Amino acid sequence: MAESIRELHPKPWKQWIKRISDANWISTVLVVLLAFLVGGLLILAIGGDPLRAYLVLIKGSFGNRNGFAETIVKTCPMLLAGLSVAIALRTEFWNVGAEGQIYAGAVLTGLASIYIQGISAVIHLPLALLAGALGGGLWAFIPAILKARLKVNEVITTLMMNYIMTFIFSFLVDGPMRDWVSGLNISPQIEKTTWLPILLAKTRLHSGILIAILAAVVLAVILRKTVLGYQIRAVGGNTRAARFAGIAVENTMVKAVIISGMLAGLAGAIEITGVQHRLIAGFSPGYGFLGLAVALLASLNPIGVIFSALLFAALLNGADAMQRWASVPIAMVAVIQGLVIIFSAIRFFFNRSTLKRKAGS
Amino acid sequence: MITQVLTAAFLTAFLAAGIRVAVPILIAALGEMVTQRSGIINLGIEGIFIIGSFTGFTVAYFTKSLFLGFLLGGIAGGLFGLLMGIVSVRFLANQIVTGLGFWIMCGGLAKLLVRTILGIDKYSASSDFNIPRLESLSISYLSKIPVLGEVLFNQNIVVYLTLLSIPLFVYFFKYTRMGLNIDATGENPRAADAAGINVGQVRMLSVTFGGILAGLAGAYLPLALYGVYTDDMAVGLGWMAIVVVPFGKWRPWGILAGSMIFGAANALQFRLQNMNFPLPYQFLLMFPYFVTLIMVILFSRGRSSPSALTKPYFRSEH
Repeated sequence: MAESIRELHPKPWKQWIKRISDANWISTVLVVLLAFLVGGLLILAIGGDPLRAYLVLIKGSFGNRNGFAETIVKTCPMLLAGLSVAIALRTEFWNVGAEGQIYAGAVLTGLASIYIQGISAVIHLPLALLAGALGGGLWAFIPAILKARLKVNEVITTLMMNYIMTFIFSFLVDGPMRDWVSGLNISPQIEKTTWLPILLAKTRLHSGILIAILAAVVLAVILRKTVLGYQIRAVGGNTRAARFAGIAVENTMVKAVIISGMLAGLAGAIEITGVQHRLIAGFSPGYGFLGLAVALLASLNPIGVIFSALLFAALLNGADAMQRWASVPIAMVAVIQGLVIIFSAIRFFFNRSTLKRKAGS
Repeated sequence: MITQVLTAAFLTAFLAAGIRVAVPILIAALGEMVTQRSGIINLGIEGIFIIGSFTGFTVAYFTKSLFLGFLLGGIAGGLFGLLMGIVSVRFLANQIVTGLGFWIMCGGLAKLLVRTILGIDKYSASSDFNIPRLESLSISYLSKIPVLGEVLFNQNIVVYLTLLSIPLFVYFFKYTRMGLNIDATGENPRAADAAGINVGQVRMLSVTFGGILAGLAGAYLPLALYGVYTDDMAVGLGWMAIVVVPFGKWRPWGILAGSMIFGAANALQFRLQNMNFPLPYQFLLMFPYFVTLIMVILFSRGRSSPSALTKPYFRSEH
């Protein structure tokens, strides 16, 4: 009996998911400031002017109509990737494979929007998006079932499946789906009936952002108001207690990961139907990996993800301007991204009273 | 085609290349083994690997000394291992988040620095940035043995040293106080603490050591294998090292065997590509990752994993 009681009160490291989902906004702001501070020191170290670099970055991402539009365009896949990582991580599943799931989604969207022709946009566009979600969901299902049934480490499987999907994608646009007329490794253009409508004239700002925000809201509702959401939160809060309460832990995890994959797949679908309008290898500059930083910064909170996605999109978009006008290489984005992840990991340490209380139990 | 594959010349070249590619995985995996046996999983190995490649290459490029390249590559790796140690041991951070964070940060840092130090425009003409590679050192009589001689005794010095270090690792964990302390810390930190072992210190040292080896493994790529530096040089070798550790059941000889499989998978892919094997090149490139996937499915974390792996340790007040 004593043993089972102890098991219901897990060690503090097992409470990690719960702690991150309870994190307050002050620590979130601190994480961002600290990451930019260290990033600024780095810019100083390579002989740049951090203030100027950051100013150029903000100007580049919000300073004019087109810059703003491009920031929102990049927010869209980042938001969906962030939601994807967040929902899976809520069940302690580390989805490092959102990048591969984005490409898997793009493949099915490509198939549905290039080879199905002559139907109304009202049916064709949703079909193309749904195909993308399906592709991502299927690609995520494999590591999910491997973890649920065989306890195979998902960090490695999802990561390896990224590499594998990238090569499959590159094979497709170089062979079976190649547009031989263009002479490049790209697919033919997708049917006009699957193009996402543009929101802001003369920019690339498309309506995908509305879908992404809707997805965040729906996910928040699912987490708070549905049985599945309750189960997901229970599993993330305390796996053993959830098991004692009769929740099928593995089942819940697999469901969450399928949703996760579908969100990533949708990100791929929207990127194809909204921006690229054809399949191109390397169309994602690592949105799937950025999703990890986005989700952790937002404390795995779907509504929070909207804002942290906007931040990283601005960072990614402004980085171009930063490279051009302040000679700070674009790779700075990855450094800040990594710093945000690391600082997200240590922010709970400073909340020591909670830690000690939990250590005592 | 098949007859072409089964010749002695192909086999010799394939096995020799297999060992050459296996060595960086082996070096990094041995370091990760030490780290994991102390109870810490360092998922940032791939990133530290990239830092090692970058530092090793840059130092060798400017000083013309391969030795200094390896030395500083190892030191840089150790530095990031130490940082990882501080974050995960002192700040009790979740090791999976931290590791992934280090992986992404280090990759970005190397990209950033290579462009700043070697110059963005200049770097695009990467063929200008060559360094002489480590030469192979054939052992006079032994290298004359057919097939085996070429495979085992006509390699570079790092290959010999790495292979010779394996019995040393076995000895270290079996007979030295430090080795036993590392295992105690990884199996039962509370008991180790009660026995007077400084758990935090042992873990810090182990992660730093793992970082040094990952840095050396990274430096091996430009200094011994390629003679140039590219951003995506590590191509997942660091992740393969992480897979090799549970495959080898946290034991040096097992890790040697695992690294050889990965080395062979990588070498086979290279060889077949060079022969215009009748399969799209993407599938050949995919092969090592596919092998990794299969290996991790077959040899997942079993009973022999250190009991306290990924669990931070701190003394509670009572």
